[in-house]
Amino acid sequence: MDLITLLQLLDSTLRLATPLLLACLAGLYSERAGIFDIGLEGKMLAAAFLSAGVAYVTGNVWLGLLAGIGASLLLSAIHGLASITFRGNQLISGVAINFLAAGLTVVIAQSWFAQGGRTPQLSGGARFNPVTLPGAEALRDVPVLGPIYYELISGHTIIVYLGLIVVPITAWVLFSTRFGLRLRAVGENPAAVDTAGVSVVGMRFAAVAICGVLCGIAGAYLATALQAGFTKDMSAGRGYIALAALIFAKWRPVYCLWACLLFGFLQAIALRSDLIERVLQFNIQSQLLDALPYILTVVILAGFVGRAVPPRAGGEPYVKER
Amino acid sequence: MDAMPKWAEVVLVPLISLLLAAILSALVILAIGESPWEALKLMVDGALGSTYGWGYTLYYATNFIFTGLAVAIAFHARMFNIGGEGQAVLGGLGVALVCLFIPFPHWSLALIASACGAALFGAAWAFIPAILQAKRGSHIVITTIMFNFIAAALLNYLLVGALKPAGSMEPATGRFPETTHLPSFQDMFSFGEATLFRGAPANISFFVALAACVALWALIWRTRLGYELRAFGHSESAARYAGISPTKIIVISMLISGGLAGMMAINNVQGEAERLVLNAVEGAGFIGIAVALMGRSHPFGVLLAALLFGFLYQGGAELALWTSIPRELIVVIQALVILFTGALDNMVRMPLENLFLMRRRPPGPDRKSTSAEGAR
Amino acid sequence: MTAPQTTPDTAPAIELKGISKAFGPVQANKDISIRVMPGTIHGIIGENGAGKSTLMSILYGFYKADRGEIFIGGTKTEIPDSQAAISAGIGMVFQHFKLVENFTVLENIVLGAEDSGLLRPSLARARRELKALAEEYELNVDPDAIIEDIGVGMQQRVEILKALYRQADILILDEPTGVLTPAEADHLFRILENLRREGKTIILITHKLREIMEITDTVSVMRRGEMTATVKTAETSPAELAELMVGRKVLLRVNKEPATPGAVILDVKDLHVTDAKGVHRVKGVSFEVRAGEVLGIAGVAGNGQSELLEVLGGYETATGTVTMNGTPIDLTGTKSDGQSRRRRGIAHVPEDRQAEGLIMDYSAWENTAFGYHHDDKYRSGLFMNNAAILSDTTDKMQRFDVRPPDPKLAAKNFSGGNQQKIVLAREIERNPDLLLIGQPTRGVDIGAIEFIHEQIIALRDQGKAILLVSVELEEIMALSDRIAVMFDGRIMGTRDPSQTDERELGLLMAGITDTDHDHSVEEIEDNLAKAGH
Repeated sequence: MDLITLLQLLDSTLRLATPLLLACLAGLYSERAGIFDIGLEGKMLAAAFLSAGVAYVTGNVWLGLLAGIGASLLLSAIHGLASITFRGNQLISGVAINFLAAGLTVVIAQSWFAQGGRTPQLSGGARFNPVTLPGAEALRDVPVLGPIYYELISGHTIIVYLGLIVVPITAWVLFSTRFGLRLRAVGENPAAVDTAGVSVVGMRFAAVAICGVLCGIAGAYLATALQAGFTKDMSAGRGYIALAALIFAKWRPVYCLWACLLFGFLQAIALRSDLIERVLQFNIQSQLLDALPYILTVVILAGFVGRAVPPRAGGEPYVKER
Repeated sequence: MDAMPKWAEVVLVPLISLLLAAILSALVILAIGESPWEALKLMVDGALGSTYGWGYTLYYATNFIFTGLAVAIAFHARMFNIGGEGQAVLGGLGVALVCLFIPFPHWSLALIASACGAALFGAAWAFIPAILQAKRGSHIVITTIMFNFIAAALLNYLLVGALKPAGSMEPATGRFPETTHLPSFQDMFSFGEATLFRGAPANISFFVALAACVALWALIWRTRLGYELRAFGHSESAARYAGISPTKIIVISMLISGGLAGMMAINNVQGEAERLVLNAVEGAGFIGIAVALMGRSHPFGVLLAALLFGFLYQGGAELALWTSIPRELIVVIQALVILFTGALDNMVRMPLENLFLMRRRPPGPDRKSTSAEGAR
Repeated sequence: MTAPQTTPDTAPAIELKGISKAFGPVQANKDISIRVMPGTIHGIIGENGAGKSTLMSILYGFYKADRGEIFIGGTKTEIPDSQAAISAGIGMVFQHFKLVENFTVLENIVLGAEDSGLLRPSLARARRELKALAEEYELNVDPDAIIEDIGVGMQQRVEILKALYRQADILILDEPTGVLTPAEADHLFRILENLRREGKTIILITHKLREIMEITDTVSVMRRGEMTATVKTAETSPAELAELMVGRKVLLRVNKEPATPGAVILDVKDLHVTDAKGVHRVKGVSFEVRAGEVLGIAGVAGNGQSELLEVLGGYETATGTVTMNGTPIDLTGTKSDGQSRRRRGIAHVPEDRQAEGLIMDYSAWENTAFGYHHDDKYRSGLFMNNAAILSDTTDKMQRFDVRPPDPKLAAKNFSGGNQQKIVLAREIERNPDLLLIGQPTRGVDIGAIEFIHEQIIALRDQGKAILLVSVELEEIMALSDRIAVMFDGRIMGTRDPSQTDERELGLLMAGITDTDHDHSVEEIEDNLAKAGH
């Protein structure tokens, strides 16, 4: 395999890892605050649809992004209402949100655009277009480094870079700020936070809202950057893969990056089965590659390769001691 | 003292949840420019207006009874089996293998064998998450979700490979032999000139599903296993004290759950399609969650909820046929039912409890004896 | 509220007027008024469920009172949440600590009281202040230790430091000595006296008369949600307080004849237990229990007694040998469980009836079969014989005077004492050879305590072997024929109750076997620290 092919593969890895990474970090905020969220998938899907719809109508991808975040936040609010305010079952709420998004996106898309549950193709300003980093063209011909800079590092949409920046920001927020201390505490022992005079409900809603924003960006990326428009069920299980990556990363921000890059890489090579055959001299079934992130997560969960311990108050609604 | 009388708990709460879901669905229909009333009439007419409609409604309901019971039994042991979808996929595989590779002289033997195959495969698929939960503490919700995806990939792999008949382009098995054909309602309920349920897929599996309801009811409330299972669901620490093995209960309840989800395949794979295709389950595993929540995890509640969802599915198909309302509206209704009966349960329940408490307050202090202790 | 008080001599630090609070149909606090003077230690005593914790939770903004007013330093103050309580100068040390287990001591202290958005400066300031506080009040803790790695005594100090760091003038402690050895409790009381000397006001909630008499200036007594009296500690006596608590004269002694021990029923040799986290909980325990005697195991909670009961009850694995009536019992958990223990004649009233002994959502009749649901008399063919269980329950409820005598009522709807009677009826009526009984009267009203104690002695007099585990030294002294003291997973010594006293047992509970002379507190603390206590 030559350098260019490898770079193309890694380039594609980065593009495919971005929505996973954003959703994974979204889940990180929520779960670190003690709110399990299996509704990442639904929030991404809703955001993908509304961002594509609004971007198409207005021709402005940024308005689309905002609308996508709005859709995702709305679902986050439902999740917060159910699991924080009314102390319901967080897992069931997540399941409901996934179905709500799966159903509503198609119903509304059909009534809005009448194209069988899709939005029309997006183009021009209605999409996020690749950003060429300064000097990419000039450096292109420098051996090795040039192609790496041009092919791999430059030429992505702004959201890809945003996703990468969110990783250190998240790590900083979580471990070096007051907000982060309280957020982690509320996921470990909400009673400690409550008796210290900090609102558990407030902290958890804040976490769920951040989760909504990040999921919204992830969804918008799917429909306006990775692809040109919304199609039915386009999130295609990415929310669950992000969830798997979160467990894989043991709820730590930097590990999330590696986990998502790994899963993104698996998706990238699944698209290039010709490459695998050429390099490995035999054919790997694409179904195996599809299933690999899930299998790896089960192995991690089983604790055979390093144990993943979730936040201790995760999934439990906070009820003041009687 | 319980805040609400039992009838309110069992009947009123689910009904109010359903009503809320219905109102929101009606708003969605209004918002996309259709009439909710017309839509409802179309649905009732399409699902219940003919034996053909009933034949579809009961066919869907059969699927949902199996998956609903699967979720319900796991709920009793305080386990959330979200993997009914994957278990039903594997159940389909079991049925296909039994029907394709064992020659049967009569459909009754085929039914018994394929039901066993379906249950066995479904249970096996639930076994791994169960044993990981029991022995390694791996969260069963996450592992069963992962197993849904793995099941889909596995079936995909088999249907484009080993199980595809030579020369076929379609990712599906070949047609099952004629002797494995299950009597449909049309076969069973046509007398002389009158042909009822013509062309509808409802078949004898419906009665198997009914029997499963009764059997599960007896298991939960009349046997020692059911007693242990519910005890474990209420309190794991107490169960351990009483000598009830958590591993045993987790594994057995998940095996029953997976087996029931798998048994759905006798209806949709053997009874209807008579071959195994991709995506044969069509989300029925997930609908089981809504059905179990709505039916309050009681087998007869599950039966009623499954009939309701059968009606919604058939009605929804009719809607999509005659109006611009897509079938996905049913997914929205399903989501709302799960939301209100499952996640927002307290939102419905708390005002009701207050209402009942207010009604009971006036008669005065009738319960002095427990007041001191209750203060803790 | 640090503003100078206008009339410091008369304005109470805290005054509650007419506080009432109901939980659903249960009236937890009824029209309670109380005045706590600044710079004093004020005790609030009452039985479990008397409403003490509810009252303090209202003061700390955890619950909202239905009626009543709160005055802090003479000023009417609304306390809608904990934040308001903290800014009013109130700190609270809960019975169950509110600490984040995998945070450091410093992070726990800073949580909610950070100076700015960034952590680093807050942590630095807290580190400095902690040092000052440690010197001022004898409150030494390692600021960088992780909470789950330090002992309960240390964790309690972190809770006190949390309150002091927030500049609390009023400190509420809810049952602070429940998890402490007598020596640790003494240290705590010294800290409290230091705090009082600095002008802090302390409210001590407890159900132990000894503590009230030892340290408080004034004491208020609560009974069934009402405040029955407030008196100067110096002007009252334990007997008077006990009567005020219960509403009648209390018999603190149990009437019993000397035991006539028979054959060895239970023989435990070199028992070791390691829990799921890999912590060595029981470190080589040996003892025997004979027919017709009560062996009491004393010790502070968390020294291996619970694990011992769990092993004997069949739901924890262990190594060593245990023989029951001369036949060894499998301890690996592979060939035996709670079911087979029961068949061997071991009955078990567990320490925590709500989490173990009962299924709170099951009705009384379902609970009566709990653990014995495989019995032949409770089955008919494939199914359970519900009718047989039901009639059996009605019978038992009558004999044990369970109120209300309704077998279809869920266990959660009975009072603590009646719940315990349901468990006791189930276990005793099996006619076991050995009864394991943990904390028999925890959370039980005094009337039921007498009944339960009588039942235990009656069972002993029938020639049964009884292994009693309790953290209440008084109860151990009253019931036992022999007393073994557990500390850090070992038995420190066995004593005859007639030839020992609380002082000697207290030293054993702190791990000091050389009980002939007194020991310094430092020595005791060293010992506790070594054991990771």
